[in-house]
Amino acid sequence: MPYTGWIILTASLVGLSCGLIGVFLILRRMAMMADAISHTVLLGIVIAFIITREVSGTPMLIGAVLAGLLTTFLVQWLHSLNIEQHASMGIVFTTLFAVGVILISTSVGNAHLDVQHALMGEITFIPWNTMSLPVIGDVPKATALLALAFVIVLSFIVAFYKEWKITSFDPALAASLGIPVVFLHYVFMSLVSITTVASFDSVGAIMVVAMLITPAASAYLWTDKLSIMLVLSSSFGVISAIAGYYTAVWLNTSISGSMAFATGLVFLVSFVFSPKHGLIAKYVKPAL
Amino acid sequence: MEDVAIKVENLFASYRKNTVLSDVNLAVESGSLTGIVGPNGAGKSTLLKSMLNLHPSLTGSVAFFGQPFKKMKKKIGYVPQRGSVDWDFPTDALDVVTMGLYGHIGWLKRPSRFHKEKAYQALEKMGMKDYAKRQISQLSGGQQQRVFLARALVQDAELYFMDEPLAGVDAATEHAIMTTLKELKTLGKTVMVVHHDLQTVAEYFDHVLLLNQTVIEHGPTNQTFTKDNISRTYGGNMRWMREEDHDVVPSIKQ
Repeated sequence: MPYTGWIILTASLVGLSCGLIGVFLILRRMAMMADAISHTVLLGIVIAFIITREVSGTPMLIGAVLAGLLTTFLVQWLHSLNIEQHASMGIVFTTLFAVGVILISTSVGNAHLDVQHALMGEITFIPWNTMSLPVIGDVPKATALLALAFVIVLSFIVAFYKEWKITSFDPALAASLGIPVVFLHYVFMSLVSITTVASFDSVGAIMVVAMLITPAASAYLWTDKLSIMLVLSSSFGVISAIAGYYTAVWLNTSISGSMAFATGLVFLVSFVFSPKHGLIAKYVKPAL
Repeated sequence: MEDVAIKVENLFASYRKNTVLSDVNLAVESGSLTGIVGPNGAGKSTLLKSMLNLHPSLTGSVAFFGQPFKKMKKKIGYVPQRGSVDWDFPTDALDVVTMGLYGHIGWLKRPSRFHKEKAYQALEKMGMKDYAKRQISQLSGGQQQRVFLARALVQDAELYFMDEPLAGVDAATEHAIMTTLKELKTLGKTVMVVHHDLQTVAEYFDHVLLLNQTVIEHGPTNQTFTKDNISRTYGGNMRWMREEDHDVVPSIKQ
């Protein structure tokens, strides 16, 4: 596949996974947890690197999941000690991120890991760092990791669709029906971590937040059905990824930056023109 | 009381360091319709949530027909306060009612046509069949409450716990809900309802639980719901004044 093809495929996979996960982040009113986890997975990656001495798929995924779970647990724990939810997020994720940054500069040395890379990502170099897979042949490592993350996220969402729905809408009822709400919360946070770490190489920690939140927030404005919201959100993610790439080529600028900017444009268009909740619709036909 | 449906012993619970429930003991008769009444902050919702393991209790035990909650949860229906969920959630009324069946459907399975039909019947029973496909944010407060009640009905439980189902609803909804509650009682179900309107207690409930951090009084409405008991539950000031009275008189005598 040509260079451009790999970039677009990689970015689209980011859009798909983030779009799906983002819907539940929005509906669970936990958008800021995405920001927190996108930073703390850095710690997971660094620790995985210190142990295995390589920046590669499985150890990175495991490290990220553990870091995500640690973040979730610490945030809940501080919150239970009477510290406001968002304050506890702020405390936990900055501290864990800082530990990651310190570890990078003291213990990792000149390896292929730096803060700049972690924050901004570098999708431009992805097609050159390949691995060999049976049947398919040479595939960029980051793309393979993203495909794996997408399969994991999609299968969890499909398999536990009604559980995600009920625990997002009415956790108290879910608990009274015997659905393990807390356990599912941690599973969900693991999925957020997997998505984030897989997207890391391509778009970086800051842009992944844009890909997680903005397409889902846009989709929320277009539909009243959860299944359609999932489809729309992942489509918006893919559209933003492709549009962002071509904008970046045209303006000769950062690819991940352009993609994040594209998600913002999608949101703006939705906010103004959505027939259900858009500005114009509200103006023309006042709410009930 | 020969047939005890719910037994609570020495229940303590706190909310953010404040003790909300202290030493709650009660036994609820099977097949009774009980109104839980008390001032704001008396711990009415917390009592329901603690009984259903939705709020951690500090100490104490709760048993349903002699069994712990875990073994009985499929026989328990819970109607949370309407304000506890996000009504902008992308879903319709029928879907919300179907959620009441998720415990029966089981893992990895989707709701079948049979489940949808059951949910639809429950909506019809609450007079909401024309709104089955309506997005839930477009329902009025009363209609939302009926959807919640329909959702409890499909659970086909033995015990029902309802948190302020009559708060802020229109007269027609109030009537529909009370008819349904009385019907549940005739079917032998045990129902506990957090209620806020003192005027209707005697008309709606055969038992009343007067609660203010602990059980003030609990029993059949006609014996328990007396002026004296109500003022003991609500009137912090009234009680205090009377006690002072009590103190003042002897001190003058001395």
